[in-house]
Amino acid sequence: MAAREKMLHQDPEKRVENFDEVALGYSEEQALAEAARCLECKNPKCVEGCPVNVDIPSFIAQVKEGKFDKAIATIKETNSLAAVCGRVCPQEVQCEQYCVLAKKGEPVAVGRLERFCADREREKGVEAPVKAEPTGKNVAVIGAGPAGLTAAADLAKAGHAVTLYEALHDTGGVLTYGIPEFRLPKAIVREEVDYIKQLGVDVKVDYVIGKIKTLDELRNEFDAVFLGTGAGLPKFMGIEGENLNGVYSANEFLTRVNLMKAYRFPDYGTPIKRGKRVIVVGGGNVAMDAARSALRLGADEVSVVYRRGEDELPARKEEIENAKEEGVVFRLLTNPVRILEGENMTVKGVECIKMELGDPDESGRRRPVSVEGSEFVIDADIVIIAIGTSPNPMILSGSEGLEVGSRGTIVVDDSGKTSLENVCAGGDAVTGAATVISAMGAGKLAAKTINEYLKNN
Amino acid sequence: MPYKILEKKQIAPQVHLMKVLAPDVAKAAKAGQFIILRIDETSERIPLTIADFDAEEGYVTIIFQEMGKTTKQLAKMNEADELQNLVGPLGTPADVRKLGTVILVGGGVGIAPVYPQVKAYREAGNKVISIIGARSKDLLILEDEMEAASDEFHVATDDGSKGHHGFVTDVVKEILDSGEDVTRIVVIGPPILMKVAAGMTEPYGVETIVSLNPIMIDGTGMCGGCRVSVGGETKFACVDGPEFDAHKVDFNLLMSRLALYRNEESECLENHECTCRGGN
Ligand SMILES: Cc1cc2nc3c(=O)[nH]c(=O)nc-3n(C[C@H](O)[C@H](O)[C@H](O)COP(=O)(O)OP(=O)(O)OC[C@H]3O[C@@H](n4cnc5c(N)ncnc54)[C@H](O)[C@@H]3O)c2cc1C
Ligand SMILES: Cc1cc2nc3c(=O)[nH]c(=O)nc-3n(C[C@H](O)[C@H](O)[C@H](O)COP(=O)(O)OP(=O)(O)OC[C@H]3O[C@@H](n4cnc5c(N)ncnc54)[C@H](O)[C@@H]3O)c2cc1C
Ligand code: SF4
Ligand code: FES
Repeated sequence: MAAREKMLHQDPEKRVENFDEVALGYSEEQALAEAARCLECKNPKCVEGCPVNVDIPSFIAQVKEGKFDKAIATIKETNSLAAVCGRVCPQEVQCEQYCVLAKKGEPVAVGRLERFCADREREKGVEAPVKAEPTGKNVAVIGAGPAGLTAAADLAKAGHAVTLYEALHDTGGVLTYGIPEFRLPKAIVREEVDYIKQLGVDVKVDYVIGKIKTLDELRNEFDAVFLGTGAGLPKFMGIEGENLNGVYSANEFLTRVNLMKAYRFPDYGTPIKRGKRVIVVGGGNVAMDAARSALRLGADEVSVVYRRGEDELPARKEEIENAKEEGVVFRLLTNPVRILEGENMTVKGVECIKMELGDPDESGRRRPVSVEGSEFVIDADIVIIAIGTSPNPMILSGSEGLEVGSRGTIVVDDSGKTSLENVCAGGDAVTGAATVISAMGAGKLAAKTINEYLKNN
Repeated sequence: MPYKILEKKQIAPQVHLMKVLAPDVAKAAKAGQFIILRIDETSERIPLTIADFDAEEGYVTIIFQEMGKTTKQLAKMNEADELQNLVGPLGTPADVRKLGTVILVGGGVGIAPVYPQVKAYREAGNKVISIIGARSKDLLILEDEMEAASDEFHVATDDGSKGHHGFVTDVVKEILDSGEDVTRIVVIGPPILMKVAAGMTEPYGVETIVSLNPIMIDGTGMCGGCRVSVGGETKFACVDGPEFDAHKVDFNLLMSRLALYRNEESECLENHECTCRGGN
């Protein structure tokens, strides 16, 4: 069996000095060679591993034959953000993990092929989408992240008049303010948004629901409402020194860098502290993105401090490897206990404690326990806290009767319906911080539910 | 979406008033809330208090002082120009109720955010005593408006060029010492003024409220950059505030956080002024 085609990357030494995309994608020859590895299984497991069930064998077969236009059309039947998913989906635990070839060695590079098809279409210019006849119904979608964008697209295609409300000045949600340019170029997100505008969706940015209008008001104004407000509220550890100058939440750090382009300061007006020694607390994609951004801002040393081991790191394998290649130091089985204060309420270092893994906890992962007396100090001038987020309660202010779970997540049934008549929800706002594709899946499901509801009401 | 400047005037040295078209914001605004604006693609997002609003005409009024790059750039804009972004109303509205006698204190540009509160407290049936202060009389703003909206009105200037020669806190102290039954004091101004006022009123046991102005980005509770310490607890000023119990606020932390980007800010301003000159 032929080996999996390698994707070209920017050289690690060069790429830590810029914010350009790291992974360069497949050439046409590579795409053809990689597609040729697919067995076109009768009973394709890969599709089951895809949260939106992209018809993977068909699109790969079309790539094989060089019918790239057809291939992207096949993907778009179920996934309207192909260029995004091809870049940021954790394929190794989704489609690719289920691919029959994974058992024998290397699975087909489904994600890279998806990216190739989407990029090729974009280079040629995307065709205007087809819409259904207007239904005379109107729907409000709140939040322009992957969940909201997907729901808005599907609802507009079904012929409803859709208004999309976004609190920030730009669309994309985490795709814009969280995930850095070097992993997901913003031009791609913008084109995906242009596509939904072509579908007639009225996009209103600078519009905070819960402040400018309440959910109750929207429910009266619109026939149905979809909540895709994400999980934007940052968690802190509650340890001493967390309010010192130089301690950032990952959200603030990444928002300054990505949404406000602080890496181009002073051409862009938003400043950011460029640390010499930076500590990032956490082990997920957010922590990797923050660490790699800090390196690109010129830090001498960036450490990821994580309380469990290498195998438990929740970030995507590919991004952990990228971070290591770029020189990010991993301090595993280590937990911060206190942030140390230097001059003028700034950060001087972080006192950490060694951890070991005990018995499994409710999540099935082995519980980290501190090793008594093992405290030590890592010098640092910037600390970035990337230990997770929870749903932002803003949407709830002034709205009655929306059922919310213990961790602030919006409660929905199997079809995406909330406790309120005519309101559906999905994405991180429902699940807590998850993935782009699961948010899209929830957006699609809710759009289907709303379509059915509007047919009957 | 364009946010058109309907009116602009200079009301004191380096202090400007602007009426900006934003109908939905004007409809929802309440005293004590703020907006965040962005002038253009490369500009920072800056928070400014809603100094006044007109739901019928659909505009909000902002009053700002030239500080650094963004406020200086804003000061160069004129009627009919458009701001790229304006989001609001943000923050929890001031808790305005009928309480009895309320003292409202505004220092410097802090007079602007106090003005809508003076009107709101009076409308709610309170006896409103307002005190405005500045370094010198040229820097006083909204004097006539404040006087008209208050039951009792005082002025203080550091240099004695108008009203009481000294600080606004001296006037507050005098009123409290006179035996006036004051239920609440609201102080808005530079952090150092709010800190001094908090220390001054504490022994009297009168509820004192300040409006905090930490550095903000999104204004919706998403970044955590605006965190302040109140009664030992961490709060996000943009959503939990901006108003807090003055006697519980850690002002030293607030002031150190406000100084965080001082070096970067001067670099940005130099860069800005260089390119301005270069372009002319
Ligand atoms: C740094 C980072 C890296 C990540 N990397 C990956 C990755 O590699 N792969 C992957 O699959 N996932 C990744 N994720 C997770 C993924 O981005 C999220 O799961 C996904 O974006 C969730 O989509 P959403 O639409 O539910 O919410 P969001 O993307 O959070 O969008 C919600 C939107 O709603 C808006 N909003 C919130 N409240 C209101 C309101 N009251 N009124 C109006 N608008 C409102 C917000 O401003 C925001 O734009 C990453 C997340 C982060 C933070
Ligand atoms: C809720 C709130 C309401 C405010 N209302 C008013 C008002 O009505 N009138 C007024 O003149 N000013 C107000 N401010 C302060 C105003 O936001 C700052 O003066 C402005 O951001 C300075 O920007 P700059 O680029 O011109 O100056 P810079 O050179 O960037 O900064 C000068 C100083 O302003 C402060 N500052 C900088 N960036 C921010 C930011 N993003 N958020 C808050 N403070 C910042 C810092 O202390 C800094 O040292 C308010 C601030 C807050 C948080
Ligand atoms: S499981 Fe693997 S080999 Fe089989 S169709 Fe899917 S991608 Fe191709
Ligand atoms: S400004 Fe971001 S949380 Fe308050």
